[in-house]
Amino acid sequence: MTRLIVGPFNRVEGDLEVKLEIEDGRVHAARVVSTLYRGFERMLVGKVPDDALVYAPRICGICSVSQSVAAAKALAAAAGIEPVQNGSLAANLVHATENVADHLTHFYLFFMPDFARTAYATHTWHDDVVDRFKAVTGSATREMLAARAQFMQIMGLLAGKWPHTLSIQPGGTTRSVSAHELARLSAILAGFRRFLQTRLFGDSLERIATLSSGAELEAWADGRRSRASDFRLFLHVSRELELEHLGRGYDRFMSYGAYTTPSGSLFAKGIFADGGVATFSTEGISEDLTHAWYDSLAMVERPTEGTTVADVSRGQAYSWCKAPRLGGEVMEVGAIARQVISQHPLICDLVMRSGGNVHSRVVARLLEIALVVLAMERWVREIDPGESFCGHGKVPQTADGVGLTEAARGSLGHWLRVRNGKIENYQIIAPTTWNFSPRDGAGQPGALEKALVGAPVCEGETEPVSVQHIVRSFDPCLVCTVH
Amino acid sequence: MNAHLDNSDQRTRPLRLVWLQSGGCGGCTLSLLGAEGPDLVTSLEAAGIEILWHPSVSEMSGGEVINLLRRLASGEEEFDILCLEGAVMCGPGRTGRFHMMSGTDRPVMSWIEDLARRAGYVMAVGSCAAFGGITAAGDNHVEACGLAYDGKSPGGLLGSEFRSARGFPVINVAGCPIHPAWLVEILYLIGTGRFSAADLDEWERPLAYTTHLVHHGCARNEFYEFKASAENLSERGCMMENLGCKGTQARADCNIRAWNGSGSCIDGGYPCINCTAPGFEEPGHPFAMTPKISGIPIGLPTDMPKAWFVALAALSKAATPPRLRENATAERLTVPPANRPKKRL
Repeated sequence: MTRLIVGPFNRVEGDLEVKLEIEDGRVHAARVVSTLYRGFERMLVGKVPDDALVYAPRICGICSVSQSVAAAKALAAAAGIEPVQNGSLAANLVHATENVADHLTHFYLFFMPDFARTAYATHTWHDDVVDRFKAVTGSATREMLAARAQFMQIMGLLAGKWPHTLSIQPGGTTRSVSAHELARLSAILAGFRRFLQTRLFGDSLERIATLSSGAELEAWADGRRSRASDFRLFLHVSRELELEHLGRGYDRFMSYGAYTTPSGSLFAKGIFADGGVATFSTEGISEDLTHAWYDSLAMVERPTEGTTVADVSRGQAYSWCKAPRLGGEVMEVGAIARQVISQHPLICDLVMRSGGNVHSRVVARLLEIALVVLAMERWVREIDPGESFCGHGKVPQTADGVGLTEAARGSLGHWLRVRNGKIENYQIIAPTTWNFSPRDGAGQPGALEKALVGAPVCEGETEPVSVQHIVRSFDPCLVCTVH
Repeated sequence: MNAHLDNSDQRTRPLRLVWLQSGGCGGCTLSLLGAEGPDLVTSLEAAGIEILWHPSVSEMSGGEVINLLRRLASGEEEFDILCLEGAVMCGPGRTGRFHMMSGTDRPVMSWIEDLARRAGYVMAVGSCAAFGGITAAGDNHVEACGLAYDGKSPGGLLGSEFRSARGFPVINVAGCPIHPAWLVEILYLIGTGRFSAADLDEWERPLAYTTHLVHHGCARNEFYEFKASAENLSERGCMMENLGCKGTQARADCNIRAWNGSGSCIDGGYPCINCTAPGFEEPGHPFAMTPKISGIPIGLPTDMPKAWFVALAALSKAATPPRLRENATAERLTVPPANRPKKRL
């Protein structure tokens, strides 16, 4: 058996190290190490509740709005208020802009450049991938950055700026928009749709959204040459490299549900386990500290009573990431979880066929770009510029609140306790806390730790490409993970 | 010192930039990726700057990166610009163990120090790297500090006397996050050999944006003039009197240079929290609430004598046109300016 330490892991958000045990050319065991601790949960204690809206987004520069949404929901629950309709729609637009931009950033800047590595130089598709996706110099980088920046103008309009807006409030959003600004929003979305349809998909968003099985996806991909769109090129590479058989996890998924409107949520809340969808209660969520660098009286804590006392001397510990579990089980979160729980036929079929893996995670993310942009177009039409965007309320001196939402990379929860008008406890469980958790007290590896087992490692490989693909297929955000 | 850097026209190669992240959120990088007109890659090309390694965009990963950083730290390989994003993590007990460099047994703070001593220019990107920023908020049990400041106190990791190989102090591109153009423009000055210490302010921030107050170009200036104040977030009036806005003291060009196409914090309906300043993370009052003594805000506009402010405020309040008084507490313009009654259409 050989040991390998892979890090610093770049093209992920934040700091990551992966420790591998390798046997017979395959990963035998993996330990995932989150290497940075900043202590946001401690920072918030003693502040007035509303100040969470300034600090929480700054946990993360890539999930900034998601952090704001979770904090605003926790405060709204504590204050016993609901956002007004325009506020919900505007907040959804801001949140969706971040999440879609994150999916795009992941695909173009973080994930695809690995296929331009010289390790793949003998493949027929390699030249095309280098032209398009080589880090920094690939032609897609500039195109995508320009399209992303133009899309982000939605933030300038609705949120003041991105990241780190204070526009998302418990009662709605602070920036009302007029009818002529709605016209600008529609125009920005039209420009973005054009980029997606010509470069990313090479087809209409509607067509992508209605792909209904793995076989239909393959037939669609074969309908035009692989260079016709970036999605097709990925599907071609994925088929040749059999990414479908790389990085399978537990196939247990969780979603808090996303994009609430008065008529319901765009994506459903639930879990997917043992091949079927079910409901769940967040009461079943706990964090296991056995292998994390924290001191605590209890090794398993519910987030409502969670603690954060850093202790680097803990012997068994190997990460700053706690190990969240639902009913004691590891759950995987992210676009694939949202889409299988929302019963999208394409993702259900892919998961039934080969579970969660590098291929299905990436397909789910790209599918979601199409689904969410279509929803954004609807939300713009539903805003009534004559109505209010923000209700007001106050968190009482004694209150509790939970704020649940979905960041691009999965389920994000904030648990808030207010006493004497100040924050007495604030606990955060972020998407990558779920996906990249260390082992728990029962020795159960986290989702990535499990997904890495069996990954092929070639003789002499120090940065195994299979490991690179599997890690990045989760679109991890390590600054959120530990916070 | 690298002779070939002295005159950009004679430069034979682009300037090499290395970017490290430590106690921060990555938000300055994400903001930077939003550079517009032109995109970031083109902007760096125009500045004659090559990214040797950046954690978000480079192909190089793992051991290759560590080898590169070792060569740079030992001086075996030259580079020109070190950017740090995020605060320096010194805790617990000055060991730096709250942030170890992945793939090594060394704290990131030691890597930063080694590399800073070799770089031609050292840049703190964002308020965390400059002063400690948000990461130093609360009891700062993580011992976060900036490269050359610990909050407002000179010092930080490198000390106030630090000068880079090219003879400059740490360049503090402060902000939470930075505006992409704040960094792109200073990199352009450096890349084209036009940068000098005269381009920095008293906190070593680029004067290009700190020569302005956030107040400059604020679309709510008319409300400010007449002290027509918003009472709740989302209302159109001036946010200085009640909602904690520090635009009249904060140094940045946020209302002259648009964010994400057209925005700014104030345009977004929420107060300026002075995020380019050291110590902004602990204002000593709730962020969105103005502290007052006998009804008068404590934080008055920069340079303005208090008595004059009070007198003028009282006067202008008395003279507030009904149009502004009405609009100040409305979510949208309810009374537009008009020269004559509107015709029936």
